[in-house]
This record gives sequence, C-alpha cells and structure tokens, in this order.
Amino acid sequence: MAITTTTSSAAPRGAAHARPAGRRPRSPYPAWFFLPAAIIYTIFFLVPTFASFYFSLTRWSLFEFEFIGLENFVQFFREPALVTGLVNTVVYGVVTSALKVVLGLLLGVLLTSQIIARGFLRSVVFFPVLVSTIGVGITFQVLMDPFGGPINEALAAVGITGPGWLTDPSLALLSVALVDVWKGVGLATVIYIAGIVSIPQEYFEAARVDGAGPLHQFRHVLLPLARPATVTVIILSLIGGLRSFDLIWAMTRGGPGFTSDVIASVIYKQYQAGFYGLSTAGNVLLFVLVTAIVLPLSRFLNRKEVEL
Amino acid sequence: MRTATRYWLGTAAILAFAVVFIVPFLFILITAMKTQQEAGLLEFTWPTQIVLLDNLREALAARDFILIIAFINSTILTVSSVAIMVIMAAMVGFVLQRRPSRWSGYVNFLVLAGLIIPPAVVPTIWVLQGLGLFRTMPGLILVEVAYGLSFSILLFRAFIATVPRELDEAAIIDGAGPLRLFFRVIFPLLRPVAVTVVVVQSVVVFNDFTHPLYFLPGEQNATVQLTLYNFQSQYETQYNLLFTNILLITIPPLVMYLFFNRQIVAGMTAGAIKG
Repeated sequence: MAITTTTSSAAPRGAAHARPAGRRPRSPYPAWFFLPAAIIYTIFFLVPTFASFYFSLTRWSLFEFEFIGLENFVQFFREPALVTGLVNTVVYGVVTSALKVVLGLLLGVLLTSQIIARGFLRSVVFFPVLVSTIGVGITFQVLMDPFGGPINEALAAVGITGPGWLTDPSLALLSVALVDVWKGVGLATVIYIAGIVSIPQEYFEAARVDGAGPLHQFRHVLLPLARPATVTVIILSLIGGLRSFDLIWAMTRGGPGFTSDVIASVIYKQYQAGFYGLSTAGNVLLFVLVTAIVLPLSRFLNRKEVEL
Repeated sequence: MRTATRYWLGTAAILAFAVVFIVPFLFILITAMKTQQEAGLLEFTWPTQIVLLDNLREALAARDFILIIAFINSTILTVSSVAIMVIMAAMVGFVLQRRPSRWSGYVNFLVLAGLIIPPAVVPTIWVLQGLGLFRTMPGLILVEVAYGLSFSILLFRAFIATVPRELDEAAIIDGAGPLRLFFRVIFPLLRPVAVTVVVVQSVVVFNDFTHPLYFLPGEQNATVQLTLYNFQSQYETQYNLLFTNILLITIPPLVMYLFFNRQIVAGMTAGAIKG
C-alpha cells in the first residue's frame, strides 16, 4: 500500500502565510472542494463504521436497542458454526491470496515472454475479472456438479472419479477458493506484467553475461525486482479474500452445514434472521481481522522493500 | 530451436488457456442455446436444436419483464453513482495534490481507510432508514459513491500530479476563480484518467451484488445481479433461461472490455499499485 504523495513543485506556502489578518485571499485550491465527497463519505461510511462499534454491544431490532455489553461476542465465540466462519475467512483469504501470487507470477512471466498470441492470451486471462461474480458462481456450481457435471464427466473420461466439489464438507470451501482464483488471477497477472515490464532489460543482460541460466535470472533478478508487484497482489487479494461474500453465497450458501461459511456470510445470515446486534458484531470482528492482518503485513512488506 | 520452443510453448499455452478460461464461457453460451430438457442434463454438448432466440424472449419476459426493469435500474444506478463519484473524486484529488496542508495527512488516511475497512452493513441500513433513503435508488447510489470514492481519488491524485501547475497559474492570472479553474481548465485535461475511473467503477457497480441485496431489497427494485439470484430460486430447473440471463448480463462488461481494453488494464494496475 505504498502511497507516494507526489508534489510536482513546491506549494506556494509563502502566500498562505502572508495573508492579512482580516481578509483571507481566495485560494485557487479551496478546501470546500473536499466538502461534497466528505459529506457522503462521512454519512454513508464513517458514521456506520463508528456506529457499528456501539451497536455490536446491543440487542438490536433497528428500532430499539438494549445495551448488553460483550454478550454478542461471547455468543459468537461460543457457537461452533460461527467460529468456523472465522477460521474459514482466514483460510479463504490466505489460500486465494497465495494461489494468486504464485499463478499470477507464473502467468505474468509467461505472458511477458516471446510467445505467440500473447495479446490474445492476456485478454483471455483478464476477462473473468470483469464478469459478474454471481454469474461465475452459478456457472461453476453447475460445472462442479458431482453427478454428471462437466468437470467430473471430463475426469471420468480419463478414469478419475471426481470428488463432490461443493457437497463434500472438507472440499467445499477450497472449491470456492479455486473459483475465486480462476476469476481473480487475471488482475494479479496484469499487475505482475506491469511490474515485470518495468524492470530494465540491462539487469537480465548483465545476469546472462555472468552466466546465469533462465532459472537463475528468475530467482535472482526477476523475483526481487518484481517485489512491489508481489506486495500489491498479496495485499489486494487478502483484502478481497477476507471480505469475500458473493461468490461463496452464489456457490454454497455457506454449506454443506456451515463448512464454507465465512464472516461475511455469517453477517448476512444473522441479518436475515433479524439478529442485527450479532450481525454487527460479525462486522466488527471482520474489521478487526482485516486490520490486524493487512496493516502489519503491509508495513512489514513495505519495510523490507526499502531495505532491499 | 528457439523459435521451435516458442511455438511449442505458445500452442500449449493457448490450449491450456482455452480449456481453463474459455470453456466456462462456452458452456454458458451453449446452455443458453438449448431447450429446457437438454439444458437440464448439464452436459457440455452441442445442442441438437438451437433455441437461443426463444430463450432470450422467454428470459426477458419472465416474471413481468423483471429483467428489463432490472436493466433499467442497473443503468440508473451505474450511471448516476459513477458520474457523482468521478466529479467528487476529481475535486478531492485536485485540492489534495495541489495544496498540501495540515489536512492532507488526515484525508490520505481516510482515503486508505476506505479501501481497507469492510463497510458495516446493518448500521448503514440504520443510517439510510434515518434519512428515509432505505430501499430507495438514491440511497443505494449514495452508498456506492461512498464506497467507490477512495479508489477514484487515488487515481485522480496520481494523475493530477502530471498536470503542470503553470496552467493553474495562467488561468488564475486570467481571472479564473476556483470553480472555473477546475471545471474549465483542469477537468478537461483529466480525460484519460476519468475514462479509466468511469470504466473500472462502472464494471464494479454494475456487477455489485452485495450492496443492492442489503440496501435495495424488493422485487421491483431488482438490479441485474439480483435477478440472477431471484431467477435461480424460482426456475430451479430452467437452466437454459438461467444461463441466458447470465449471458445477457455479461454483455455490458464485455462491450466495455472490447472498447476500453487498454484503459481498464492500465487503470486496474495503476490503482492497484498506488492503492
């Protein structure tokens, strides 16, 4: 999450300081330009976020609420189904993020090498990123059907008995994660392509002169120099993975049982059931989880980058 | 030898990509062309009878033309929220980049927070209800704007850094006030990045399922993503219509992609690396 505040030239600070006490000269960059965005952002994002800390401590029916302290959180951790959701969220985020890094890197290397139909292949990988998640979810739900679904039919044709991708409790979450990777790897690939293309060719030439083979070049030149792209892919896919809801909802509804529930689907289920306080407690937990994982990680990854 | 490897690798890649990335879309297309009985078998075979047009007609007409209503709703939602988002984000990006002040740190922090923090759902409903905007299109539009601002501001701010300050100064000397400076001089120059933001955010808002589900429930309010979900429960076995529906709602992003391929990719990467 490296934010580079680029200031093209020094701001005319002197002018601001020299203003006469009574009358403010009109700045060409008025602060009220922030206002419209700030109002919408505050009302529809900040207020609900802060309110969630309070409402997570209440029994709440939207119209009236009763302060009950930490009871929602206690209940959350006491119910195995809800704890499963917590664990699943972490598993899902880590698995999708890791696979996107590895596959995105490999595809990025492949699609920056001199192969035929490169432009076409780049487009093909990226297109699923733009397609409706729900549409993708439903399609793969059908493709992964254990009885006569095309994937298992294809596996049967080569003599493998396909598993019940979405019906086997131990597989359901991973199957959804795989589809998530299928849909999202295009973005990781594009980020890697941008990162790899920006590495000056001289580095590779120098390595080649020193007798480095393709594997050495990959390990010692490309990998370290594509590090900013790696950091971006990890952070982005973690944020996305930890919050993921629509794909899981479209494919399994958190089932079978609660085996593929994540926090976001728990939040929705509790909301549907009318447990607004509990649902909001789920939101707070998701907030804590995302912040606790993403902030230190991005700080750690970005610091390493500077040392390199 | 080297060219041979190149072709070999290329062919292998094309085959693998075809199986992994093209077959699912082909499956959508083929199922949408089948009759109900044949589609129900969920097989990856060429239809014996191509009834795509009938399916299109039927999918559109289903449940009192809900899909057409949904397309209208989604269009209103996407166009309005993206338009508001672009203008507001450009204004913030402009001042944020041009005038570093003691506020900049906080604003930057809030922009980042908007990218990282998962929105609190039920409290948002509570706020919407308090304002009388729950279950209304304006309510959902404003929520989408709030969620999309961060990403857009990052893109605009990075781009505005490349617009020379001399232009501002020239306009100011010519007597332009802030509004005129921004809307007449700067905003037209932001066209490339504005196109990127418009395209990327349109795809995001159009494909959004979660927020319409929470903030705009109800039959008549359905957006296209929700029709899919309604449709599935209603026509559990009518896979031909379900996939026709998927096909139809994939067309807008596909068209966007064909026209703005380069810009989408550039925008996604720029936003990703900056944010």
